[in-house]
Amino acid sequence: MTKDIYVLIEHVQGKVADISYIMLAAARELAEGTGGEVVGILLGHEAQGLAETLAADKVLYGDHPALAEFTPDAYQKVLEKLIPEKEPRAVLFGSTTIGADVVGTLSSQLDIPLVDSCVSVSADSNVISQICGGKIMVESALEGTTSFIAMIPGHYKVESGQSDAGPEVTPIELPALDDLRVTLRQYIEPEIGDVDITQEDVLIGVGRGIQTEDNIEWIEELADLLGAEICASRPIVDQGWLPTSRMVGKSGQSVKPKLYLSLGISGAPEHVEGMAGSEMVIAVNMDPDAPIFDVAKYGVEFDLFDLIDPLMDKIEETS
Amino acid sequence: MTKIVVLAKLVPDLVEELEIAPDGKALDMMWLRLLINEFDNHAIEQAVLLKEAVGGEVTIISPDAEGVDDMLFTTAAKGADKLIKLVGDFEDMPNNHALASAFAKVAKEEQPDLILTGVQANNDLDGAIGPLVAKELDMPYVGYISGVTLEEGGVIARKEYPGGLIGEMEVKLPAVLGIQASEEPPRYVAISKVRQMMKSAAIDEHDVPELADTGGLPVNRMYLPEAAERAEMIEGDEDEIAAKLVELFQEIGVM
Amino acid sequence: MAMPSATQSPLFTKEFYTSLFENIDGENIKTCLQCATCSGVCPFGHVMDFPPGRMIAWMRAGILEEMLESDSVWMCVSCYACTEVCPKEIPVTPSLMTRAKEEVLLAGNVPTELQSALEFSQRYGNPLGESSRKRAAWIEDLDFEVPTARKVRRPVDVLWFVGDYASYHPRVKEVTKAFAKLLKALEIDYIILGGAENSDGDSQRLAGEKGLFEVLAEKNAKAFSRCEFGEIITTDPHAYNALKNEYPQLGIEYPVKHYAEFLVERLEEIKPLLKDNGKVRVTYHDPCYLGRVNDIYDEPRTLLEAIPGLELVEMPHNKTTSLCCGGGGGGMWLDGFRWEKAEARLSEWRMREAASTAVDVLALACPYEPPRFEDAAKAIKGAEDIVVKDIIELLVEVMEE
Ligand SMILES: Cc1cc2nc3c(=O)[nH]c(=O)nc-3n(C[C@H](O)[C@H](O)[C@H](O)COP(=O)(O)OP(=O)(O)OC[C@H]3O[C@@H](n4cnc5c(N)ncnc54)[C@H](O)[C@@H]3O)c2cc1C
Ligand code: SF4
Ligand code: SF4
Repeated sequence: MTKDIYVLIEHVQGKVADISYIMLAAARELAEGTGGEVVGILLGHEAQGLAETLAADKVLYGDHPALAEFTPDAYQKVLEKLIPEKEPRAVLFGSTTIGADVVGTLSSQLDIPLVDSCVSVSADSNVISQICGGKIMVESALEGTTSFIAMIPGHYKVESGQSDAGPEVTPIELPALDDLRVTLRQYIEPEIGDVDITQEDVLIGVGRGIQTEDNIEWIEELADLLGAEICASRPIVDQGWLPTSRMVGKSGQSVKPKLYLSLGISGAPEHVEGMAGSEMVIAVNMDPDAPIFDVAKYGVEFDLFDLIDPLMDKIEETS
Repeated sequence: MTKIVVLAKLVPDLVEELEIAPDGKALDMMWLRLLINEFDNHAIEQAVLLKEAVGGEVTIISPDAEGVDDMLFTTAAKGADKLIKLVGDFEDMPNNHALASAFAKVAKEEQPDLILTGVQANNDLDGAIGPLVAKELDMPYVGYISGVTLEEGGVIARKEYPGGLIGEMEVKLPAVLGIQASEEPPRYVAISKVRQMMKSAAIDEHDVPELADTGGLPVNRMYLPEAAERAEMIEGDEDEIAAKLVELFQEIGVM
Repeated sequence: MAMPSATQSPLFTKEFYTSLFENIDGENIKTCLQCATCSGVCPFGHVMDFPPGRMIAWMRAGILEEMLESDSVWMCVSCYACTEVCPKEIPVTPSLMTRAKEEVLLAGNVPTELQSALEFSQRYGNPLGESSRKRAAWIEDLDFEVPTARKVRRPVDVLWFVGDYASYHPRVKEVTKAFAKLLKALEIDYIILGGAENSDGDSQRLAGEKGLFEVLAEKNAKAFSRCEFGEIITTDPHAYNALKNEYPQLGIEYPVKHYAEFLVERLEEIKPLLKDNGKVRVTYHDPCYLGRVNDIYDEPRTLLEAIPGLELVEMPHNKTTSLCCGGGGGGMWLDGFRWEKAEARLSEWRMREAASTAVDVLALACPYEPPRFEDAAKAIKGAEDIVVKDIIELLVEVMEE
């Protein structure tokens, strides 16, 4: 057993996924306790450059045409050989469309215990994960030689896992990658303009408080700055200011973004039904008694017309 | 004929208040109410859709739990052909490693071409069922699937990536797929149809011997997160508020 | 072992046709004049491919399948307007429209909003998807005790059937709490069922889910049978209709009153409690299931007129011609669907009438309505200042010190 913490780096179409940096930040915290190194596992094809931004001490790089984009079978073959050889203290995977495809099979095959939906870790090797949609928190302890941790975002900042130092990259030897049972035929890009608000990470919900249709454009500027999409309470859709596909609530969509920024929405039960599952709600409303403040984690009792411009300035200034 | 097996389980109903067991290390089963894992429900729908499109036989396998018979009869009313209940010591909800090996044994007897199950469930402490079962049966696994088309010798599975990107995966059969969403939303069946099934359909029971309790990490404790009653109000003038908001955005990683 | 596959529903078959006549006066369908009065009065007739009159015509011609593929029936709010005006006394709503919905539902053609309300009703005993354990949680907001069946283990005069929206919807709970105050002031010996109460199921039935209605009725019957009481009262006209007209057909028979009837009987006790709070101009909206379906028009008005300083005025459509709020027949769970089809909301039409009547208050007597009309008041010019209140709230307001 070594003291090192490994991270399976996720990337899609030549871009490192944010969860990779989040995992690196977590791995750093664990490694501080174990006294080991943070090691990234990067599998790709002519993708060595992706290692540059990773805040790892070392990156193990496997290169093969079959690894150009993620497929579970190919990753599985590489990892089932690599992990027992290296015996890291823990390996972090994303609880994502990539990590979740392989972490379970590897756990079963290599007989390595697995904890899913992990939010944070600590230097004393405790792992905090969640079940029941975050309604129950679980604290567990690393055990045995190696443990698998499947991470979800929420605790660590993406920047904490980024660095321009450029880690040392070591190529690894790969097993034969033929006879793959799963192959990627092609990617299909989402159609532009057809936004599915149920899939968005950041939503700005607008309500009757925005007063006129013209103001939607103004809120769109804010949305662009935040990489967010706009959704709305029903009256906004009724008036034709936004399409029905943007309506949140009982008669619309149920959304669960990481952030729901609610602007001028009172928080009627029919609306709340569609957004209460959001990970974090921040509500801006002039009325201190607006029921939206019962659902929001943070509230701002303020005239939104006085707040949006300073907020946009601040965002631009910061990023 | 395509043989499709769906693995479905009941999970805690989050509409109800959850409590921690007296030992502080598990959910209190006494107050728990169960309902079908929503993703498994999509897997069932996807199986029935495939059957309707190309023919075949759909078998649903589910571990015993309160309400499982009703759930199984409902799937029959939707179009499932065969219902199997795993009977054994499931009261305290075994971990998924153990449940997966029980699933795998029974599923294997059915000699399925395709196994569908929900991509995740709300009580997956030690990982999702699908990949664990796949390894036991030495089948490939792909998850986050929102559409399946059968082809000669395999399937095309549409795998979801963040931001609406779809990866079209060619998967050789037999295989296990983790379903995120069925192509059509799960259908409604009138209660009268379910009641008919209760009279006409049969549930096969399979005994499952003791389940090993390994696969996860040892749990130190479970606890409820502190629930904020009402929003924490951000005070100040517009610039102070804007600064605080930006700080929050950064904290949760949306900037 | 393979099982028989799910039986396919008989699509507008002979079976369906004959079943239409099972209702009281069902045979009258054969006498339809094709006068189209029903389709004309129907609030959504203009957006239905098959308004009732045309449905009968096509049925006569033996063209049935097309009607099922159309989603016309989901525009029907079961408001009984058609039934009220049909010159041949054809029970259009209870036989034709409801049976048609049953067929469409069996065929699996169910809008998603409705689907989840039905699934919730099945699972939690209420269409809102709230925990059944929290059905009586509203009583915790009161500073006096509300007697529940579990605590009061003796015969009582009255069982108050609270109902779904009255138990859970934040706005309607205000009415419920006001009613508890009223019962206390009148020293009524009553209980509520608490978590043992289930949805009355009437709107689910009218949305085509008869089987679900029966399951819910059986559960309520069981809860009733565990208590001893003289009569049932409810603030919910839908529950009232179920208990009065539908449950007896299942052998569940208890005397039942809507609160308007119950309170009018006690008017002489109530009157001395009411203070004069100044002049207020009020109009009253007849809920379909109190008015047209059960002929209760006078009692609510009598209650309102008992309030000192209250001037009661009528809207152009009142009593038998009252306009539906849009919540009936599953309408509470088809709001988005209907907006897509009609781009109109019945509650807003009604609110426009209230505004044209220049009133201060729109008075109600049904728990479906406060959220619908408050929402509508925000959208209609000239209605922004109209206060939307249940009669109970108006009474309790003038009672309080
Ligand atoms: C059956 C049914 C189904 C429904 N389904 C849905 C649904 O799916 N989705 C939905 O959203 N609604 C739905 N509704 C409507 C719902 O009841 C509410 O009417 C609606 O959500 C209110 O929208 P709102 O919050 O934008 O407007 P309002 O309730 O009018 O609230 C506007 C808010 O903006 C605030 N405000 C005003 N000016 C400012 C300012 N300058 N700065 C900051 N704050 C300001 C006000 O204080 C107020 O709280 C449904 C209603 C019914 C009856
Ligand atoms: S009951 Fe009302 S909505 Fe239904 S058809 Fe008759 S008039 Fe139309
Ligand atoms: S009102 Fe009566 S008689 Fe006239 S068309 Fe309608 S159902 Fe027929």
